[in-house]
Amino acid sequence: MPQPGELLERSIAGERRALGRLLSLVEHGGAPADEIVELVHSRAPAEAPVIGITGAPGTGKSTLVGHLAVEMAGTGGRPAVLAVDPSSPLTGGAILGDRIRMDGVAAGRAFIRSMATRGHAGGLALAVPAALRLFEACGYGPLVVETVGVGQVEVDVTRTADTTVVMMAPGMGDAVQANKAGLLEVADVIVVNKADRPGADDTRRDLEHMLDLGRITGLAGAAQHWRPEIIMTTAAAGDGADRVHEAIRAHRAHLAETGRLQARRQARIRQEVLDRVTQHLGATASQYLSTQPAALREALEGHSTPAATSAKIIEHLLSNQPPG
Amino acid sequence: MQAAHCEPARRLHNGSMESEPAGGSRPFTTTSGVPADARAIGSHDAAVAARPFTTMSGVPVDAVYGDGPLPGEFPYTRGIYPEMYRSRLWTMRMFAGFGTAVDTNGRFKEILRHGGTGLSTAFDMPTLMGRDSDDEVWSAGEVGRAGVAVDTLADMEDLFAGIDLASASTSMTINGPAIVALAQYVAVADKAGVDRSRLSGTIQNDILKEYQAQKEYIFPPRPSMRIVTDMMRFTAEQMPRWHPVSISGYHIREAGATAAQELGFTLANGFAYVEAARAAGLDVDDFAGRLSFFFNSHSDFFEEVGKYRSARRIWATWMRDRYGATAERSLMCRFHTQTAGVSLTAQQPEINIARVALQALAGALGGTQSLHTDAYDEALALPTEKAARIALRTQQIVAHETGAANVADPLGGSAYVEWMTDEMERRATEIFDHLLELGGGSILAGVYEGIDNGYFVGQIADSAYRFEREVNDGTRIIVGVNAFTESDDGHQDGADLLRIEQDTEDFQLKRLAAVKQARDGEAVNRSLGAVRQAAEDTGANLVPPIIEAVNAYATEGEICDALAGVFGRYTEPAIV
Amino acid sequence: MTQPAAATGDPAPIRVVLAKLGLDGHDRGLKVVARMLRDAGMEVIYLGLRQTTGTVVAAAEQEDADVVGLSMHNAGHLALAPRIMRALTDAGLGVPVVIGGIVPEADVRTLKEMGISAVLHPGASAVEVAEAVRDAVSGPLGDRPARC
Repeated sequence: MPQPGELLERSIAGERRALGRLLSLVEHGGAPADEIVELVHSRAPAEAPVIGITGAPGTGKSTLVGHLAVEMAGTGGRPAVLAVDPSSPLTGGAILGDRIRMDGVAAGRAFIRSMATRGHAGGLALAVPAALRLFEACGYGPLVVETVGVGQVEVDVTRTADTTVVMMAPGMGDAVQANKAGLLEVADVIVVNKADRPGADDTRRDLEHMLDLGRITGLAGAAQHWRPEIIMTTAAAGDGADRVHEAIRAHRAHLAETGRLQARRQARIRQEVLDRVTQHLGATASQYLSTQPAALREALEGHSTPAATSAKIIEHLLSNQPPG
Repeated sequence: MQAAHCEPARRLHNGSMESEPAGGSRPFTTTSGVPADARAIGSHDAAVAARPFTTMSGVPVDAVYGDGPLPGEFPYTRGIYPEMYRSRLWTMRMFAGFGTAVDTNGRFKEILRHGGTGLSTAFDMPTLMGRDSDDEVWSAGEVGRAGVAVDTLADMEDLFAGIDLASASTSMTINGPAIVALAQYVAVADKAGVDRSRLSGTIQNDILKEYQAQKEYIFPPRPSMRIVTDMMRFTAEQMPRWHPVSISGYHIREAGATAAQELGFTLANGFAYVEAARAAGLDVDDFAGRLSFFFNSHSDFFEEVGKYRSARRIWATWMRDRYGATAERSLMCRFHTQTAGVSLTAQQPEINIARVALQALAGALGGTQSLHTDAYDEALALPTEKAARIALRTQQIVAHETGAANVADPLGGSAYVEWMTDEMERRATEIFDHLLELGGGSILAGVYEGIDNGYFVGQIADSAYRFEREVNDGTRIIVGVNAFTESDDGHQDGADLLRIEQDTEDFQLKRLAAVKQARDGEAVNRSLGAVRQAAEDTGANLVPPIIEAVNAYATEGEICDALAGVFGRYTEPAIV
Repeated sequence: MTQPAAATGDPAPIRVVLAKLGLDGHDRGLKVVARMLRDAGMEVIYLGLRQTTGTVVAAAEQEDADVVGLSMHNAGHLALAPRIMRALTDAGLGVPVVIGGIVPEADVRTLKEMGISAVLHPGASAVEVAEAVRDAVSGPLGDRPARC
């Protein structure tokens, strides 16, 4: 198999197959993934806009992403999409079906990659930023990450975006549910899709109300700087995608003007470092327990509490692991 | 053998025979001649009211046994006619569809010569999907393969050349682009000087089940329903003998649904059409009598019988109580039945004959108005002539040798069958309740929602997967597949399977090119502009401008493209 | 524990692009196979109905498919198989192709000569389906062993 360096050269030259393979490698993690991340670092200045799109199943995310890709391509962009879907917790397998609707609309205008959560939040948290850098290094941008906004994993992934679009539809993932799920808290743009359906105006009113009252959890701080625009769309007919695209660009311009773009990116790098450290420490601890079963014995036999045992292990691990 | 049973049909067109649903999930095409009787519609109707009915041993039997409500009485659980098959045997409908329009026209004339009056039209896949024969991406290799290719009015003219449309009854199995096919049929009649009010027949036009199961859709659900209601209104006003929708559970079952899901989804679709037509301002009794159904007959005998009986009871009750229908015809659930193609096995294919016979018997004992029996080799390829003939003979045995046709609802009163009938109704009612909840009290809104959120396809896929796993782990026995297998199981090597030639496609491409060459391009563009305009105007009826467009020899693909420009094209959600 | 798969040495899941070419709308078998593969621990990129050689090739490239699975229903396999094989070759993809559908024995031989890795008939069990895909991956066209 070609080495990552060669694959990267071929990807940059426009070979989609090579990029597809590199994405698999970063997704799989480990040393090859780290090698690729190092290789792309100089070529990916993290300037490509990153847009996160999330919302409950059935709200029309994939269709809207397809139309957004058309808008982006029409304004000189080379969009790439990461479509994240959950793996089966039982078998580790997954059925990834977002591509149908996206490509049905975008018709080849975007590089679309489906990604399964593979049951480990940490893995996904590393794989997504790495894949985005890879896309950027190969000349793609804007970059879109679509997730099903139901679990913490998916919400976390959208946090890696410059602009987060939260989608809802009347009756499905409506304002109250979205608020409960913590989705509105991360929203920079709110899309009410299926605007032609009964109840769409009610959903809009509910949202405006929540924004007015600042009742949305955690919004108080952010709302001083940016009030999310609410955009009514009918994605099935492609109606409104241009306005969503415009709102995304407006939000990005706002971030740039107010210096928040930089702040967000720094927060993102901080988060990625934290994720990597957490990941590494977790793996080290797990390995330690597998290779040193004696360390657990006192806790297992009830002579010590799990808390006391873990404090001991942490002390041991940290003393043996110089920072760096 | 009772000779009287073999009399040819004489009472075919006394009303309800016209109500036959368009049948068939997948049209069968042969290039070789299948016997005329296999393709004839209604060639057997042993209706001799005065004849005494006896068993094979000569024991006289009554028309019906047991207590009321009797057959022919509300809620019609036991059948829609008092004496059922004594007064009118089910129609033995076998599918026809034949290469080019000219070929099929020859077959139609043969059917008419043999005393048949019903002409059943099967279209090829491009026609069913609104694609012209010269569409390079989608049509290459599929033209004329599974039925006749109809691109323009010229093809419809060929199809019905020399046939009196005032006396024939035509069934057209088409859904997505049904409005174009109907317009073409009307245009042929107009040109022949046949008054539209004399046209009789059925167009399947059941778009809802396309999103749920068969997947032959073009536009999204809501504009598609507008097309259906436009057709219902047009036929109610101008074609009172025409049946604008045949509500089909067959394909839902074939896609993997259980019997109860087939029942619940299909009747819900029926209610959705009723609600849509009422919302469009039609009076329920002006159209409900011309709705008909199409069900599957699968292998669990008593479950199937219970399904048919409860279908009649639910329909009658809901139509009267929820939708305010008063005309008796509006309350009667009339249906066509086809044996389950999906139950046929490639292993030991001959034993499919036994499966089909039992399924046919379930349809007859369930009170079907017409029946199609599958050919035993259909799991392998398109049916051969011999297999198609055996399929017809199978239902003739059920009709004439078993005595099943002598007594109306002979299973009525059986504790198990009555329980199963109630149980099917209970399970269907759960589905209606779910849809009403989804739709905020409206079945129509609930069906839309169920399509949008993947409820139907998800439920069907769950059932299909459950069945597959049961067969896999041996908890459900399928003879010849996971039990009683043979090392040489008769798997055919392909030598004697039917294959379709390329000639039809070449012919059709030349034909279409010639029509396009000869027509007035300006007139075509004008007429397509009018179609677009009508599509944008929700108050307009789409049928008249589409008749204008077909008269200008606009193609089916051009008309569908014009509509898609306004309505969009549907892509299904990936519910697996 | 939550950690990247590679750290534990687990191989990445097999990725399968599943599609149906042509106009035919029968997708019962395709959906059942999708679930069988998911339950065998594979990642299925489900394209579903009415795909063209172009959309299948694009998906195989972008999704880095280990196997392409195609359902065919309307006796079109002899016309469609060479088309998809040529399109994959033109794109420089040596990805193995598995076909599912009603295919007479005589045609199975022809298809294998064209380079199709396996043909699955209706009624194939979950084990047979998963095995056919795994065999295709480790066969001459599959490059699985070199990947991890």
